[in-house]
Amino acid sequence: MMEPFVRHTGRLAALARANVDTDQIIPKQFLKRVERTGFGPALFHDWRFRPDGSANPDFELNHPGARGASILLAGENFGCGSSREHAVWALREYGFRAILAPSFADIFFANCCQNGLVPVRLLPQEVAELFRRHQAAGGEYQLTVDLEEQRVHDGLGFRTTFSMEPYRREMLLTGSDQIGRSLREESRIAAFELGMRNAECGIDVRASSGSQGIERPTTIPHSAFHIPHFGEEEGR
Amino acid sequence: MTARTLFDKVWAAHVVHQLPEGPALLYVDLHLVHEVTSPQAFEGLRQAGRRVRRPALTVATVDHNVPTGDRAAPIADPIAARQLEALAVNARDFGLELFDLRSPQQGIVHVIGPELGLTQPGMVIVCGDSHTATHGAFGALALGIGTSEVEHVLATQCLVWSKPGTMEARVTGTLAPGVTAKDLILALIGRIGTAGATGHVIEYTGEAIRALSMEERMTVCNMSIEAGARAGMIAPDETTVAYLAGRPRAPSGAAWDRAVAKWRELRTDRGATYDKQVELDASEVAPQVTWGTSPGMVTPVTGCVPSPSDFTTDAERRAVTRALEYMGLAPGTPLEGLPIDRVFLGSCTNARIEDLRAAARTVRGRHVATGVRAMVVPGSQQVKAQAEREGLDRVFSEAGFEWRNAGCSMCLGMNPDVLQSGERCASTSNRNFEGRQGRGGRTHLMSPPMAAAAAVAGHIVDVRRWGAGGAGGAAP
Repeated sequence: MMEPFVRHTGRLAALARANVDTDQIIPKQFLKRVERTGFGPALFHDWRFRPDGSANPDFELNHPGARGASILLAGENFGCGSSREHAVWALREYGFRAILAPSFADIFFANCCQNGLVPVRLLPQEVAELFRRHQAAGGEYQLTVDLEEQRVHDGLGFRTTFSMEPYRREMLLTGSDQIGRSLREESRIAAFELGMRNAECGIDVRASSGSQGIERPTTIPHSAFHIPHFGEEEGR
Repeated sequence: MTARTLFDKVWAAHVVHQLPEGPALLYVDLHLVHEVTSPQAFEGLRQAGRRVRRPALTVATVDHNVPTGDRAAPIADPIAARQLEALAVNARDFGLELFDLRSPQQGIVHVIGPELGLTQPGMVIVCGDSHTATHGAFGALALGIGTSEVEHVLATQCLVWSKPGTMEARVTGTLAPGVTAKDLILALIGRIGTAGATGHVIEYTGEAIRALSMEERMTVCNMSIEAGARAGMIAPDETTVAYLAGRPRAPSGAAWDRAVAKWRELRTDRGATYDKQVELDASEVAPQVTWGTSPGMVTPVTGCVPSPSDFTTDAERRAVTRALEYMGLAPGTPLEGLPIDRVFLGSCTNARIEDLRAAARTVRGRHVATGVRAMVVPGSQQVKAQAEREGLDRVFSEAGFEWRNAGCSMCLGMNPDVLQSGERCASTSNRNFEGRQGRGGRTHLMSPPMAAAAAVAGHIVDVRRWGAGGAGGAAP
């Protein structure tokens, strides 16, 4: 169950770069974990930290105004490249609840919606205006993202709307499980499989209910794989 | 009946249910799984008490973090070892077929799918890897998905996807000698940009695409994601059928005949329309080399590094300034003659047998330049074995290349094969992102013959001026 998102007010961090790829969001040396957690400290690792491990003061997330930021403002095509969901896990764990950008890469967008991180598409001029307001406020700027009303506002005159496909919006609003939703269509899936199997055998009959002929599923494994603990040697 | 595109046909054949909230529940025919993006998905299944719905449609291999050196040696990185172990346990517990490090069929997931004949026209194929688009070369609808979606497919054998738009990339003309499928796709990405096809599925059409071998088509489709498209497709034809005939997992007997008859209908109907179109003349494409930190930052090898002032928007100028700083390049520098430290021949883009043959032709009888470290990482153990039967391993070894075992290797540098900071690499892979091949590493994407020639010359050269075989050409 992911954390539902109805509306959120928080501090904005501004990353004025286009085509930020998921290799930057979470570099590959941190992809070896077998859990969904532990990625936050490595978010934007090679930009956030110098080679000696100290914080890079030039990087936007290290600016004093970005401390505790929970909304990220970014350039176009955010999240391009690798499909690694680890990028979204890292952003969430770091504390981000929403990302505002003119456009997102397709796989990244889908991954956000699976993890309660709201990707908000705004017009390029609206994003530019938010960058201006963020700068004018000396980097200390708060914003509200309201998914229920599909609105973004700053309480100081900036106000706009955005659209979100009903399916994804519902998932984010309720924090619901996509698999549970799809399994409600179990009988349709089974019927589809039967029709497909018959077609493969050259039998052209209408799919009927039941699932004879489909291989039997394996039983649910009882002994969960025990993961030995190796400590935190992956680096920070 | 209305005229439909190839994409429309495959899509329609897989819609289990159109959800009232928008997206469709799309049936998945083949789910490929690897060690990096799957452990959390299996863990999710366990926590929810769910099973893998169709184990027989799910195939696993190890590729991303596997060492490409001696297979007999234990894996030095305990965290990588743990990830490989997790996949082995998951495959066992959930009843999946696994091509592990001991398997002669192990390899990069996008290389072994086609080579085993698992990949077939008209299928919907998914994998937790953005280069799944590769399989679209067969007229499959193949796309990369995130780990939550991996879990969803494992549990339901379906993907929730809102119907994307379609884009035709029509490639006319004929590729000139020395110009490859890699150059073609890089030129296209340079033209439309890395978000040029976002929200769309590309269908590659035209006589230049028809003339490509299956392996070349895979190279083209592979990099669809670098143009923003989750999937790229090419309609199956006789080339496709000939490639699949006799593959171990392709249908046989009467089932083969039925399958081929169906595959022949998988093409865009005359009069069908696409949401977007772009055209490219293959005969105008020169060997391509990237100069920046995004695959769209690309130019013909005869070109120079651009200046930020060549670009119109502030965002572009900032991006180019950053990229040049990272790449250690000054505006106006010719790409030809740029010295390199490393050469990587590998990846799901360019590590099939034809790629290795082309590279071997370029290096035969020559030697890697002093100070350059070059490696060949075959895309699969079967590609490796085939290359060894043809004696290509000796050609590479005698030329001073390291001859490795199969894996993703330095394409993403998750295993010990990485660039050191400041090292410049001629690479046949697909991404030149900052740090992709190692923190501070500088990647120039190019074709296998171009990378091979760069290894010998010690700098980037125009492979067209090297001639076939012989030791003449643009040697320093």
